[in-house]
Parts: sequence; C-alpha cells; structure tokens
Amino acid sequence: MDYLLSESQVMIRDLARKIAQEKIKPVAAHYDESEEFAWPVMKILAESDLFGVYLPEQYGGLGGGILDMCLVTEELSRACGGIALGYAGTGLGTLPILLHGSEEQKKKYLPAIASGKRLAAFCITEAEAGSDAGSIKTTARKEGNKYILNGTKQWITNAGEAEIYTVIALTDKAKGVRGASAFIVEKGTKGMEFGKKEKKMGIRASATREVIFTDCEVPAENLISREGMGFIVAMKTLDTSRPGVAAQAVGIAQGALDCALDYSRTRVQFGQPISSFQAIQHMLADMGTQIEAARALAYSVARMVDSGAKSVSKESAMAKLFASDVAMKVAVDAVQIMGGYGYMRDYPAEKFMRDAKITQIYEGTNQIQRNVVAANMIKETLKK
Amino acid sequence: MNIIVCIKQVPNTTDVRIDPVTNTLIRDGVESVINPFDAYAIEEAVRIKERCGGKVTAITMGPPQAENALKEAIGLGCDEGVLVSDRKFAGSDTWATSYTLACAIEKLETYDVILCGKQASDGDTAQVGPGISTHLDIPQVTYVKKISEINEKSAKVERMTEEGYDVVETPLPCLFTVVKEINTPRMPSLKGMMRAKSAKIIKWTAADLEADPAALGLDGSPTRVVKIFTPEPRKGGEMISGSPAEVAKELAELLKGEVV
Amino acid sequence: MASIKVHLEKCTGCTLCVKACAFGAIHMADRKAVIDMAKCTLCGACVAACRFSAIELEKAAGPKKDLSAYKDVWVFCEQKKGVIQSISAELLGEGRRLADKLGVKLCAVLLGSGMEEAAEKLGERGADKVYLVDHPALKSYQDDPYTGVMVKLVEEFKPEVILCGASTIGRSLISRVAIKTNAGLTADCTGLDIDVKERLLLQTRPAFGGNIMATIIAPNHRPQMATVRHKVMKEAPVQPGRAAEIVSKVYPEETFASRTRLLDIVEELGATVNISEADIIVAGGRGMGGKENFAQLEELAKVLGGAVGASRSAVDADWIGYSHQVGQTGKTVCPKLYIACGISGQIQHLIGMQSSKTIVAINKDPDAPIFKVATYGIVGDVNELVPALTKEFKRVLNK
Repeated sequence: MDYLLSESQVMIRDLARKIAQEKIKPVAAHYDESEEFAWPVMKILAESDLFGVYLPEQYGGLGGGILDMCLVTEELSRACGGIALGYAGTGLGTLPILLHGSEEQKKKYLPAIASGKRLAAFCITEAEAGSDAGSIKTTARKEGNKYILNGTKQWITNAGEAEIYTVIALTDKAKGVRGASAFIVEKGTKGMEFGKKEKKMGIRASATREVIFTDCEVPAENLISREGMGFIVAMKTLDTSRPGVAAQAVGIAQGALDCALDYSRTRVQFGQPISSFQAIQHMLADMGTQIEAARALAYSVARMVDSGAKSVSKESAMAKLFASDVAMKVAVDAVQIMGGYGYMRDYPAEKFMRDAKITQIYEGTNQIQRNVVAANMIKETLKK
Repeated sequence: MNIIVCIKQVPNTTDVRIDPVTNTLIRDGVESVINPFDAYAIEEAVRIKERCGGKVTAITMGPPQAENALKEAIGLGCDEGVLVSDRKFAGSDTWATSYTLACAIEKLETYDVILCGKQASDGDTAQVGPGISTHLDIPQVTYVKKISEINEKSAKVERMTEEGYDVVETPLPCLFTVVKEINTPRMPSLKGMMRAKSAKIIKWTAADLEADPAALGLDGSPTRVVKIFTPEPRKGGEMISGSPAEVAKELAELLKGEVV
Repeated sequence: MASIKVHLEKCTGCTLCVKACAFGAIHMADRKAVIDMAKCTLCGACVAACRFSAIELEKAAGPKKDLSAYKDVWVFCEQKKGVIQSISAELLGEGRRLADKLGVKLCAVLLGSGMEEAAEKLGERGADKVYLVDHPALKSYQDDPYTGVMVKLVEEFKPEVILCGASTIGRSLISRVAIKTNAGLTADCTGLDIDVKERLLLQTRPAFGGNIMATIIAPNHRPQMATVRHKVMKEAPVQPGRAAEIVSKVYPEETFASRTRLLDIVEELGATVNISEADIIVAGGRGMGGKENFAQLEELAKVLGGAVGASRSAVDADWIGYSHQVGQTGKTVCPKLYIACGISGQIQHLIGMQSSKTIVAINKDPDAPIFKVATYGIVGDVNELVPALTKEFKRVLNK
C-alpha cells in the first residue's frame, strides 16, 4: 500500500531495509542463540545516521518525526525484533529528554544519541510496579545540588549497554504519583549498578537487566522538567513511543509472513506447492490483510503524533494493541503453515513467534491498553 | 592527501535473468549499480581519507545517467564526483577508456593515490586500472588486499597472488586495484545520501580534457567486435533418483572416467 | 569521429540487430531499425549480427600503418621461484597451432634470474625460439622492470601475436605493455583462431556478463594481444630432445629499475586454496544449511582428491573463506568434475563454473536453475547424499 511517504522517508525506509536484509537477517539466528547484544549492528545503524532520524537537526538529527522512527523500527524488526529493540529502546529512553528536557540537556545528550555513539534506556518498571506503575518505590532525595537515588528498576531494555538512562523516581513519597520526577542518569555514575542479564523467551538479542541505585548521586541539573512532573513525562513518553511498539509488531508480523510465504511456494505436498491449496491461501490472505491494517493504523497514529496533536493516548494505545495482537496471530499462523519445519529452530518462524509475544506485554500490557482506550472513549462521550 | 577512485556503472547482475527461449540476458528493467568491485575501492578511499585526511574524488566515464553512480559514491563518503561523458567516447575499448580517464585525472590538480576495483563485473577485463597507471606513468600495485601503511610519500601493501600474497612498498602517487578481501564496505549514511542529492557533479566532455581526438572512443580503440553469437546452451542432463545409497552407486559408476 | 548508421534500403526489418544489442539501443519503426544514440556504445554487435550489411560502423581512418614488419607468435612464459608455470605450457600448445596457421615461428619469452636451463626446456614444449632476459631484478615479478623489458623486446623483434596467461601477473603486465606499444588487448579469451588472409587473430570471449560470446579483432595494430585463463587451452605435448634457438638479450641497467619494491613473498597454504587449479571441485551453497556441514564436503573432496568450492551466499554467511568462492565475484573454474551441493545456480554462480566438463548437481528444489546446466542431477537432501557419495567413492577408489 502506498502511504505517501516523503522522499526522505522513502530513503530512510529503503536504507533501513537494506541494512536489515543484508546485515541483520544473516546474523539474527546467531544473536538469538547466543543472547549477545548486537554491537556490530548498532555500529552500522549509527554510521548510517539511523539513530538520528527523529531528532531535530540542531542536535545532529535529521529532523524527522515518530513516523521516521517507526519506519526504521519496522524494517529492522522484520529481520530481528530483538536487535531492533536496541534501536527502539534508545528511542524510548531519549523521548523524555526530547519532549521535556531543557535546552542544556538536549544540547548535552541528543547529539551523542543522534550519532549513535551512545544508546539510551528508559527506567520505570519495578518488581512491584508493572501495570500499576504508580506504585514505584525508587526514591530521589534532594541534598544540596544533587539528588540521591535509591531503589531497583527491573526488566530495563538496553540496561548495561546504554549510557544514558532516563529514570522515574519519587521525590515526594507522600504525594504518590504526583511526587514522581524524571532524571537523566549516566552510566558510570557512582552508586548505579546493573543486575544480571535476564533470560527471555524471545527478543533474546536485546539486553534486559535490573538497574540498581544505591545512594546514587545525580546532579540536580539532570532533573527533567520540574519535581512532580515525573509521571506526566513518563505517560507522554509512552504515548509517543507506542506507535514504535506497533511498528516493531508490524515488522515482526511481516517477517513471519515473508518466511511463511516463501516456504509455501517451495514446499511440495501431494505433488504441488502448498501455496496452491486454498486452506493455505486463505491463511496467507488474512495475515497479509491484518498486517496492512496494523501498519495503516500505526502510521496514522505516528503522523498524528508528528502533527503535534495534544492527546494521542487513545490512538497510540489502539495502534500498539492492535498491531501486537496481529503480530502474535500472524506469527502463530506462520509456524502453522510451515508445520514441523516451522517448529524447528532451523527456520526463523518460531523465533518470530517468540519475539511477537513481548509486544503484547511491554510498554503496557494489551489489557492496560484496552483500559486506556475504553477510558478515553467513555471520557469523550461524557464531553458531548 | 588527494585520493581518486575510478568507478563504473554496470547492470546489476543480481537482477539479470536469462530468457529461456533465446538464452540471452534480459536487460529490461535491470537497474544500474556501481560495479561491485568498485565498492571496495570507494570504501578503501574513504578509509585512507579517515586515516590521513584529505579528499576523495570519484570519477567515472559513461553516459549521463552514470551521474547516479557518482552520487551514490558521495553517499558512501566521497567528497566530489567527476563525470566524463561525451558521445565521442562511445565505442571505447580498454585502451581508449584508460586514456580518457588518465586525461581526466591529469586535469584534476594533484593526486596521491588512485584506487580502482580489480575489474568490472560486466567486462571482466581487469585492464583499465593498469592502463590508467601506464598512461599516467605512475607505479601500480594490482590485486591489493591490504594497505598496511600509508603516508604522504609511500605505502606498504599486500598484493594477492595465486599462492598467497606479496608485500610491496611503493612511492606515491601510485595506482592500486583492490580485491574483495581488502574491506567490508560500509552502508551508505543518510546524511551522505542527503548531501549527495544536492551535490554538484563536475561534468567534463572530450573538449574539456584536451585529449587527442584520435585516441578517443571507437577511433582510439585498437580492438573491434566482429561477431556476436550465443553459445550453445549447456543442456540439462540426466536426473538420477533413488535412495541415497542407490544414487551414490549409480553416480560412482557414471563418474568412473572423471575420478580416476 | 566514429559513427554508426542504418542503410534503410538494405534493412529488411528482421530484428536480428535488436536481439543482438546488449544495451537496448535499437528498436523498429516502420519495419526499419532505428538506433538510439543516447544508448548506443558503438560496440558493433549489431553490425556483426546483421545479415544484410545494413548497419555500418564508420571509424575515422587513421594513418595506414605498415604492419608487415610484425611476425611470429609469442607466448609470455610466467615463472615463479624459477619454475615455469603450467599456464605457459597451455599457451605454447595454443600458440603452436596459431603459429602454424600463420606460417611463422612460435617464440617463448622468458624473464627471470638463472633461467637458462629452464629456457632450453621450452623447445620441448614446441617453442622454436626463446627470448631470454636473465637479470637478478627479474627474479620475481615486478611491474616496472617486466613491462620495461617486454616493451623493449616487442619494439625490437615485432611479434604479430602475444599470448599471456590471465593470471595476477599476466593481467597486470600485459595491460601495461598493450598501452605502451599501442596494441589491442583482449582479456580472458576462450577461443583463438586466425584469419589467414588478413593475418588477424580472432579472439573469442564471453561478453556482456557471460551469455553472449564476442569475437574481437585488432585490425590496425600490432602486436595482437590476448590473455587466456588457466585450464582453458590444452597443454602442449612434451617432445623430448626438441631444441629451441635461445636469444639472450641484455639491456641497460636502467631498464630494470623498479619504483615499487618487493619486500616479501608470503605463501598461504590451505588458506588460499587454488580452486582454479583443481581437476575436481566439490562446492557447497546456502542449501548446505550451515558451517558444520561443510566438513562433509571436505571429506568428499578429500576422497576424490579435489578441492572445496562455494557459492557466494555460503561465503557471505561465513561458512567458508572467500578464496573458495566460485562465480562472478569469485573465481572462474573449469575442472573435469564439478559437484554442486545445495547450490541453486544463480547466474552469477553459473558464469563461474558452467564450462566444467561434467557437472553434478544435488539440490532439494527440483526447479533449481543448477539442473539446467548439470550433466547429472539429483533431487534430494545434500546432508544425506554427500555422506552416501563419500562412502561409495571410498569403496570404489579403495580408500
């Protein structure tokens, strides 16, 4: 489908596709197996300027928006959802600075991110604060011109590999979510440590670790926005980044479909390629249609974000919810079409299936997304 | 350091399909790309620039659309592009091509290193690189697989041979033709591609080169094509089927003559 | 300036030229050929294809040169470490045939240090005369002294034809000599013949990517130079006791000066397997499924006394080194037996191996293009068939 992308968006998509197909696809199985972080691929993405597509030109970016970031994420995910997350996770960690950071903070951090020299990570989840993000326990106590952070963040994407962390912590426990604030913490800051690398079902090339703060001293100028704004920063960040998760899901789904389609054309049973059987054809048709619908929704929401729309919570939740459910369904069907071969690790289908699952879970489970969608719908009717 | 890289636009052979009826190449819709071997030359040129400073000029002789190859080269890190294009160059064989490129290179102010791919994928002659160095009367090292040392005055390189490699030291300026083993070309960068889009390509015609007209194009080419024909297509042969053991047995019998 | 035109009165609209044009520069309008000058490269393919002499390629006539002073067929005999390379024997075999057709002498050219004895031996391979330049500076190949000496020899003795191996040395050297002596040079000829009347060397080589053959001449320039790849021509037979006249030449010292300096010659055994030398090649592609399965190919190759080759995708996947790559961006091979295992047969691969004498293809896809060129094809799983073959050949060959 023609999404009427601009000339530079076509260039970005084509370059991301070239890198994904030539440099990621051949190594995807290796990194899935070894669970290493794909630094050589990150270097290629950096040298190609892809890390800067959504950042303003004055900070070394290319001046595009979330749609540009989505195009890259989708293409990379089509080859490997795990490796793509090194890119997308950096986007998530960068958004608080981009959306709410001061001019000084932007000048200090964005150029290194745009050039891909430094990766970023976003830290909100804790052991007892998953869907209920409001119950985080990490604290930030002000002492003179610094904040002292204490607490443990869990399941942080890019942790240990990234150098710039945006962290949500409570500056005023008494106020609950209104007492949360956002901070920039650089890797290497005293009192900041990483837990062991988690062993995951899918996206195994992505690094997931705990980030542990023990009397970690952060300069006061690293506070993003004002004290008490932490939750607003976090919610706005997630609203903006969810089309990215949708794009990742679309990419994974497309990768799974590519794989099933190829297979169905060469696999011969009963004397003919299985793609000539209507049972297979209908599955392929449904998969293709669902993917296109998910892509259309993801791009539309990304464009809405880029247009400067005031509230995108409902729409970005819809995109993430719909695309990730499509990814899961398509990936399962891809394995089904390939039968026993699909179940074998020799083919990438089962990996797409394992990778797809996380998109229904992270950055807000799909149940939470439905809550958001429904709440917004009800709110809208009340306004009428 | 002034680095020159000579490139050629060739049909993308990964697109090439063979017409099953006429057994000829189907060229319709085949896109033009930079000769795959030249990609290594471009990458090496950019690496030398990163190592020693200076400027990389990509140069090509070809039809007007060869400008795209130069823009792609700029996207990959070259600083400027020179397109040498004129109807008068049509029909050039490797003699006339290397003469024309040598004239264009001489027109550029100075040069320290000239890089070429070891050969072009459409002609496969490997003659133009050595031809240029001869016309310019500078030393050459062909089939270079590693540039281990390089400075303003000289370079130490490894030249691939059938048995291994030679270590060769050469003064600059020198022309190198490079092989695939020399590097892994980087991906284009978006900023490079954007720069390339607006980059101005220098265009020279035969008149600009102050070349001997008798040495250009078909007139300047000693060789001529007199006949073109399609070789007898190789016929697909016999299919052997059976269990692996049966197949092996039959094949061993059939190949008796070849394996002893 | 050269130009091309269609003589409309002779054009019958048969479209042979349209098919011959590799650049899509000819189309038919009102049943007559029209050449699009923006696309035409004046390659002459259409002129050669036209049966009605309706297309004329006009070339500005240079001053007519007297070519009669040029005679004899020369073969540049490449030596490494004092050993004459086998390509030289192949070129002498072909050179003998050409010299006989022209009614001239076959001369070997040998450059090296301490090569007198080897020079004498060249008579046994059919050389009538050997031009020997013996000097310490010529011990190992270097572009400058070799080019300098060759040019001097050509200028003094004026050969009609020079054949040279399409090796790393041959291609580097002869390209330079051709420029210096203003001669025509055709690379990688697969067929050579003589037009006796015009005394022309007819040089046939694959063109435009390998599926069209072109015959090339150099009508107004001498010497006529051609390179030939290893294993394309048949070796000259050894005729024990046959002697050649040795012409030893001495040149002033500056002829041997070299701007480049050869510091070291490194031999990498195994690391760069010379697959172009092998009589039997067992090659693997993407269908082998993984690096570990290449060990099976090595075992089969070992039993057969052959070498292991690979397709580009197998090399790109890092299953085996680049020196094993067969095809357009790798090596061209023409062994007696080529066993392609799990190679689909992309055009780029076929170009590099389709002149092999016998081709065996094993692939699980019955529609793989490799079967179109295979002498024997087997549809099946390489990982079952290769070990079965190894076992069977072990038995047959008593290994």
